[in-house]
Amino acid sequence: MQSDDSGPGPAWPADIHDVLRGFDVTQVAYVPDGGHAELIRRAHDDAAMRAIPLTTEEEGVALLAGAWLGGARGVLLMQSSGVGNCVNMLSLVRTCRMPFLALVTMRGEWGEFNPWQVPMGAATEGAFALMQIRTMRADTPDAVRPTVAAAAQMAYLAEIPVAVLLSQRLIGAKVFVK
Amino acid sequence: MTPPPDAAPPGLDRRAVVARLVRDRGALLVVSSLGAATYDLAAAGDHPRNFYLWGGMGGAMAMGLGLALAQPSVPVLVLAGDGEALMGLGSFATIAVQRPANLSVVILDNRLYGETGSQHSHTAWGVDLAAIAAGCGVSETATVDDDAGLDRLAARIVRSGNGPCVTVVRIGGEEMPRCLPVRDGAWLKARLRASLDLGPL
Ligand SMILES: Cc1ncc(C[n+]2csc(CCOP(=O)(O)OP(=O)(O)O)c2C)c(N)n1
Ligand SMILES: [Mg+2]
Repeated sequence: MQSDDSGPGPAWPADIHDVLRGFDVTQVAYVPDGGHAELIRRAHDDAAMRAIPLTTEEEGVALLAGAWLGGARGVLLMQSSGVGNCVNMLSLVRTCRMPFLALVTMRGEWGEFNPWQVPMGAATEGAFALMQIRTMRADTPDAVRPTVAAAAQMAYLAEIPVAVLLSQRLIGAKVFVK
Repeated sequence: MTPPPDAAPPGLDRRAVVARLVRDRGALLVVSSLGAATYDLAAAGDHPRNFYLWGGMGGAMAMGLGLALAQPSVPVLVLAGDGEALMGLGSFATIAVQRPANLSVVILDNRLYGETGSQHSHTAWGVDLAAIAAGCGVSETATVDDDAGLDRLAARIVRSGNGPCVTVVRIGGEEMPRCLPVRDGAWLKARLRASLDLGPL
């Protein structure tokens, strides 16, 4: 059972939603993660956005490439464990110079209790670097809005692929109790 | 593992199938998967609304979905090999959930990984991609193995339906001479976007 406190959540998911709206992002593709739950809910509730549940993260890479072919901006939401699933599909982004934007909730780096999250969490930046996808990091709630806005600007206006890593410290380590 | 019952069953001529599908294409946008599907599409005649994949195996259907959602009033066709479709099976589920009425997926099923030396694919053992799509919730699925079915399919892909459609076309296993289109992805992207009046940066 998860024992995160159930008061009103942090403001940064709403900040991200705001930024995405401001950039006219219409396709929000995701593999669920607890850290993205609020943003996913907002995307589903927003009539200007299409929330697209994926079966695997690499599907999202190809989907966003198709969206851009058709003139639509998209974003890919996933947790760090999903980044390795994208590696070959990122060739599409590189070869075709697609404006890729991913928002990655980090696991395995701050108070992680599940050892299975650690290997890919530790390799997340490296996996992006392998495919020459630049990463930017947001460690505090205040940093989220400007970081996502800067990343979106580079992705959509300069066709530069960018992934924003939302640190586990920001999201809060998941606590399981018996 | 038992060997497939019929190693190289006959089927429709893949070049004729693809030429027929794009003959009266109108505004149709086409994404073709790496390997023979891309060569078939190129052999039918280059077109600014063709996007030839040379990689990204497993991504063709998802790419077609993103394109179809971005351009809901334009018909979109994904031409995929059976190997390509097997690598992206999850996209049947993702497409079924989104229900884009302007998206058609045509699987050129030769029951082989033709590009890599014609090893048998899972469909040679009877894996039924149309049934998988139907099981995912794609309401319009079919298998085509004759010219009458092909004519119906050609008419279907250029208009919107009630939702997406997935059709398996049974093609022969013969290898065709390669017909190589442009493989500069950035250039193909810009060309297709320009055909939709979308400019460069
Ligand atoms: C990720 C990845 N795995 C493997 C390959 C090698 N490969 C290239 S084409 C192909 C087979 C394609 O088979 P299919 O889609 O059925 O096409 P066809 O039989 O019409 O050639 C494979 C396995 C690749 N390019 N990328
Ligand atoms: Mg094949």
